[in-house]
Amino acid sequence: MEINVLYYLLPSLVMFCCGVYGFLTRKNMIAMLISLELMLNAVDINFTVINRYIYPESTEGMFFTLFAIAIAAAETALAIAIIINLYRANKTVDVRDANKLKG
Amino acid sequence: MEILYTIVALAIIICSILTVTTRKILRSATYLLFTLFGAAIIYFMMDYEFLGAVQIAVYAGGIVVLFVFAILLTSQPGKNSEKLESRRKGWGILAALAVACISGWALVSRCCSLMGAKPEMEFLTMKKLGLEMISSNGYLLPFEAVSVLLLACIIGGVAVARKR
Repeated sequence: MEINVLYYLLPSLVMFCCGVYGFLTRKNMIAMLISLELMLNAVDINFTVINRYIYPESTEGMFFTLFAIAIAAAETALAIAIIINLYRANKTVDVRDANKLKG
Repeated sequence: MEILYTIVALAIIICSILTVTTRKILRSATYLLFTLFGAAIIYFMMDYEFLGAVQIAVYAGGIVVLFVFAILLTSQPGKNSEKLESRRKGWGILAALAVACISGWALVSRCCSLMGAKPEMEFLTMKKLGLEMISSNGYLLPFEAVSVLLLACIIGGVAVARKR
């Protein structure tokens, strides 16, 4: 068995679809954020694999993944700060109850 | 290589499915951790050692710990989340299948140009990587932009979380 690009793109496709499913069905905000992380990671894997297999002489995909990881970390930290603040105000992390933006 | 690949691919697929289907949210975070480890192993298999190390340090060391903290602060562990309504579940499965069909079709229709074994690549040393990141015809601008973004994120985090 020769491992080519498709073999790596299929798990990441499954990962992305799981992320879409979780993001649409979960109501807990933290669970939605976890699904978002799944989608981001699937895209990161795609960037790296395509860089390695199709353009092995350049490093664009690898650097894009590096910056994507940094930005995803910043985004998650801020999102969790906001969720905990919402929890303080509403006593719940359900998206359906987060419908008033009063401070 | 094939054995390692099979284990990693199966782990990624199973753990990512379990991440979104389990009803205990702390378990969901744990399965996410295993999925992220699988992604890190794929980076190692692609010979990007630095990327794999960053993935483990930032995701497994940082983000998953943040998730676990947030989960323990906001919900009682061990409590099941409520059952999904079947309508909502149906829409979710429909959307996921639509994404799978479209991307799978795009993949299969172009598969002949994607075939081929892994080409040789000169090893990406740390020195080369650092020079490429700092040189002005490399990634200096995004590097600085990320540093400003992280600073903004620190200030934003403090501003959001402080007691009024």
